[in-house]
Amino acid sequence: MQRPASAQEVAELLAEGRVTRPVGGRTKLDWGSPGSPAELELSTERLDAVVEHNAGDLTAVLQAGARLADAQAVFARAGQRLALDPPDLGARATIGGVVATSDSGPLRHHYGGVRELVIGVQVALADGTVARAGSRVIKNVAGYDLAKLMCGSFGTLGVICEVIVRLHPQPVDPVTVLAHGADPRELTRAAGTLRRLPLELEALDVRWDRRQGALLAQVAGRAARANAQAIAGQLGDLEVEIVAEDHTLWEDQRARQRAAADEQAVARVSFAPAELERVLRASPSAVARAGAGMAWVSLEPSPEALAALRTAVSPWPCVLLDGPEALRSTVDVWGLAEGPELALMRRVKARFDPGGICNRGRFAGGM
Amino acid sequence: MHLAPGRYIYTDVERALLRRLATRLQSICGEEHVLEHEHDLFTYASDGLLQYSVVPPLAVLPGDGAEVSAVVHACHELGVPWVARGSGSGLSGGALPVEHGLLIVLSRMRRILEVDLDNQRVVVEPGVTNVAVSHAVGPDYFYPPDPSSQIVCSIGGNVSENSGGAHCFKYGFTTNYVTGLEVVLADGEVVQLGGKALEPPGYDLLGAFVGSEGTLGIATRITLRVIPSPEAVRCLVAFFDSVEPAGDAVSAIVAAGTVPGAIEMMDGLSIGASEQMAHAGWPVEAGAALIVELDGPAAELEARFDEIEALCRQSGATELRVARDETERTLFWKMRKSAFPAAGRISPHYFVQDGVVPRTRLTGVLGRIQSLSDEYGLKVANVFHAGDGNLHPLVCYDGHIPGEAERAEELSGRILEACLEAGGSLTGEHGVGVDKKRYMPRMFSEPDLSAFQKLRCAFDPDGLANPGKVMPTPRLCGEVPGPYRVHPLEAAGLAERF
Repeated sequence: MQRPASAQEVAELLAEGRVTRPVGGRTKLDWGSPGSPAELELSTERLDAVVEHNAGDLTAVLQAGARLADAQAVFARAGQRLALDPPDLGARATIGGVVATSDSGPLRHHYGGVRELVIGVQVALADGTVARAGSRVIKNVAGYDLAKLMCGSFGTLGVICEVIVRLHPQPVDPVTVLAHGADPRELTRAAGTLRRLPLELEALDVRWDRRQGALLAQVAGRAARANAQAIAGQLGDLEVEIVAEDHTLWEDQRARQRAAADEQAVARVSFAPAELERVLRASPSAVARAGAGMAWVSLEPSPEALAALRTAVSPWPCVLLDGPEALRSTVDVWGLAEGPELALMRRVKARFDPGGICNRGRFAGGM
Repeated sequence: MHLAPGRYIYTDVERALLRRLATRLQSICGEEHVLEHEHDLFTYASDGLLQYSVVPPLAVLPGDGAEVSAVVHACHELGVPWVARGSGSGLSGGALPVEHGLLIVLSRMRRILEVDLDNQRVVVEPGVTNVAVSHAVGPDYFYPPDPSSQIVCSIGGNVSENSGGAHCFKYGFTTNYVTGLEVVLADGEVVQLGGKALEPPGYDLLGAFVGSEGTLGIATRITLRVIPSPEAVRCLVAFFDSVEPAGDAVSAIVAAGTVPGAIEMMDGLSIGASEQMAHAGWPVEAGAALIVELDGPAAELEARFDEIEALCRQSGATELRVARDETERTLFWKMRKSAFPAAGRISPHYFVQDGVVPRTRLTGVLGRIQSLSDEYGLKVANVFHAGDGNLHPLVCYDGHIPGEAERAEELSGRILEACLEAGGSLTGEHGVGVDKKRYMPRMFSEPDLSAFQKLRCAFDPDGLANPGKVMPTPRLCGEVPGPYRVHPLEAAGLAERF
């Protein structure tokens, strides 16, 4: 295990050419394909600084090993936040790991994913160089957007050492409209109604658990109460309540994105939003971002259960995220078929990491 | 300044090659869509950046994605480079033709292929104009990126440049609204990046492609996300004695936690110029005008709008006008959008820059621009997206005065340097193109540029797509170094290597 203290040290370690596995808070090490055993484990624990918090510019520079929860505490002192709320039960997740896995939470509805919030990146590459892309300003089109390329790449193109993120003001008076329903069609219709309202919801989720479900819409701002009433009025037959102390509601939504134990696996489905009904019907238990069209489906950790889910939601992509290694080593975790797209991804991989040393075998197509 | 070189002299070999290509293109797209005569080609010599001009030797106007693929494939076989062009309204010379290559004009591809409001998606061909997308989904929905040229600029060009606009401070940029692309790669192969769903598995090549300025391929089918139109919009303009207090007002508004739909600033020089054109009756003696537009839920807007009025007054606004109706609001925006064309009334020629600074450094950089303007004896008018610190200094000069164009260009370069020194960027929305590529090494180190080149080589190893743009110096790709090749078993995820 190596604990480099600078991006340059990370690059020097990569230049040695050993198969390297970068680790941060160790919260998602069992995601993706099992991959090849690493010859070198590279921890970002000494790269843990909040380098800059530019409150007036609503930006921050974070080293990869900085814990998301610690950074949020810094931003909160200025009434700001990084609008990225992936499940983080032990508060150990690092920004580097969140970016590398493109993890997100309910706020994805209004603020987008990691790709929307990361505006710059510094990455150590397999050739021993340290490259930057993007900048400290939110609006910037100089050079290729390599930050997006790194988001969700599982560390297979290089080791993320530092990211620049855009921040948002903390919301005023958030309140949640909670509507219960047991019919996927009805929940989907209600979600569609709310998607069409010009109310700028903070989050729009659906929860589905053994034929019982709920729709959750969070609204914030000076007129949050009035807008919550307006939303409730749109939900017709569903049983509706307005919840002011909504923290645990959303904490529960986030927790459902993870496998609870080894007897469970979680797959992530991306879909066109109007297809929500079909995704719910295919899922024993799920949490869905109804506006973004993403669902985290809990299923039995068997190849058959995964195959059945994939068939039921086809052609929408379905990635096995979180599950026992026995399952991940026997199935195609990523579900990305051979074709010109995967061939192009391999060409990108070959240019950035010709020796295949960066997190070998963890990513789609054996990359 | 006119940087057009002397007439390019083609060798016999080049002529023969282009003739062979022309014949192939005629069979792909039809004779009437292949242009070979100089009088037809002259129209395409420049894009929106008129200082650069190259008459292409050959142009083709394909009618659909399959024709684009066949055209690019023919270029690949013959080793002929090419440049893709949409409406030609770009401001960095990104669509400037190359002397020894083909110009692929996408303006015939202007079909809206699908309007899927259930999923909030629209599928279009690249030649569709920006404003046509909002028209196709309105009035209930709209497409937020709104470059000033939106009536003419094409979505394909917007994708290439990752276009912004006045409303991107709140709503984001083109890259935040493109969910799928069909792309013709430099060898003619077609790939589908994304689709209607977000975050599909694999590398985010969609994200890497948007803003790549035509150097990674041609988008032939574009899937866009649209969002519900805001319930209400309110707009005001506040006048100040100078840009400093106006900048303070911007900071105060943002610090209060408000995210306006747009915050735009004009300095005294631009107010004077625009007033001659748009006749809004604005006080021409004002030192700065700040347009603040709030949009969103009506109830929310009422509460926030009063706050903004108060913050403008506290920051020293000398006068405040609230748009009483849609007509007046349109007039405010006409003043803002007239700024570029109106500059022609105060100066025979001008350069537009597109540098970005962190918002908190606005005042300092504007002061620096003023002192540079004094030093060079050239007027610089400022209009900018104040919310995100994206400046558009208009460096005024008279090209008929010997040496003045060169001095204006030097002044432009020093303005960009000031932006970079403040921690900003060379370009916020116009792109690098040919215009700013020489400044790239001031923003990026050699390893940064080399990483960009890695991406470019993965997409286009022969360097045929829009050569000579973005990167400061020409680079060759070469073979992929190293011994690693993915074994077929490993590719299928069935084997590991030790």
